[in-house]
Amino acid sequence: MNEFTKIILIAVSAALVNNVVLSQFLGLCPFLGVSKNIKSAAGMGVAVIFVIAISSAVASLIYKFILIPLNIEYLQTIVFILVIAALVQFVEMFLKKMIPTLHKTLGVYLPLITTNCAVLGVALNNVTDHYTILESIVNGVGTAVGFTIAIIILAGLREKMEDNDIPVPFQGMPIVLLTAGLMAIAFMGFSGLIRM
Amino acid sequence: MNNNITERLKNGIITENPTFVQILGMCPTLAVTTSAVNGLGMGLSTTVILIMSNLMISALRNVIPNRVRIPAYIVIVASFVTIVDFLLQAFLPELSESLGGYIKLIVVNCIILGRAESYASKNPVVPSIFDGVGMGLGFTIGLTSIGLVRELLGAGSIFGFALPHYQPIGIFVLSPGAFLVLAFLIAALNARKLKKRKSTETNDTVCRMEDCLHCCNTACGGKFFDFDGEDAEETAATQQKEVEQHE
Repeated sequence: MNEFTKIILIAVSAALVNNVVLSQFLGLCPFLGVSKNIKSAAGMGVAVIFVIAISSAVASLIYKFILIPLNIEYLQTIVFILVIAALVQFVEMFLKKMIPTLHKTLGVYLPLITTNCAVLGVALNNVTDHYTILESIVNGVGTAVGFTIAIIILAGLREKMEDNDIPVPFQGMPIVLLTAGLMAIAFMGFSGLIRM
Repeated sequence: MNNNITERLKNGIITENPTFVQILGMCPTLAVTTSAVNGLGMGLSTTVILIMSNLMISALRNVIPNRVRIPAYIVIVASFVTIVDFLLQAFLPELSESLGGYIKLIVVNCIILGRAESYASKNPVVPSIFDGVGMGLGFTIGLTSIGLVRELLGAGSIFGFALPHYQPIGIFVLSPGAFLVLAFLIAALNARKLKKRKSTETNDTVCRMEDCLHCCNTACGGKFFDFDGEDAEETAATQQKEVEQHE
């Protein structure tokens, strides 16, 4: 299999087949929390794409050029979480100073994803699956695109559901979880898409 | 002292059970509960980490400066997570294999940071340890019972022992099953609450951390996440104030 096909496969499998929220259950908190309307869901999605792309690149660079040469791969969890937390802070400051318009759109969502399990999960997965740096970035962006697709679909469904007559105990979280469950069934249909 | 210990245990297992009452830590709850054994393994690993991190944070509570406390907690928790991960890989390779990357992700489990922030950082060592034991066991019971239900419905077995004459519903051990089981669980808890209160209020879990960064209380319905475009920062600020006044 040549390099290019492999990269396409990684992207599609990260975005659709192994969807980060619907089949790996990472990043559930923003998925359930920020999906009340499409506008904020899209904002969250873009912020997640942004952060995961940068953090998976930085995490694999650090792994390859610092942790492996020093023989301290076992520190990966500690290093990655600190790097991600610091990175998000840094990105926020950078955007505020340099690109204020973008900061205005993404700003409020950035701090919310500091300790999002999806960001750490992607960084750790890249290392476990022995991805190269380019593959890590593709995997990160793919995962984040999958997150964005899922959260926007859920937000659309929730907007439609708003005026429906839902049994009282099911109002709030339970009906959202049921919707997510049905979406997960639909996304299982993608599993036939790729044969590695 | 003795009273205090039993009170902490009861608090963690029953009064403030992380799974059934606080509905915290939902990512591992959904991800690893495909069988009762996996749920038990994840629950016990989290318990060990919770006890150790509570012990450490409580012992260091007068040393850690307030401004850098969250990063300090994260480093402490991450160290114990790494240790437990390696211990599992060495001694229980099968369990480690089936829990996969989720052991490492205990770092971002909100229960641990939540207990550190709300209990261990303010209380002496011994009660903090027992707070960890209680909360951990409460979480373990929650995970094991959800795992039990999913395994029973989805694979037709209990702790790996197959039931005769039962046609399993495979979807319950797959990812959609997790969402469905949790939905019905929260709905049942809501129904019980409604019966008790006889009001129309739905599940309005109070925000415990007043800070969405370190919380993954999926049942709060994103009261603090509920941003709406440009005035989002203001909304967040007013919500923060409301909480402060509320307290």
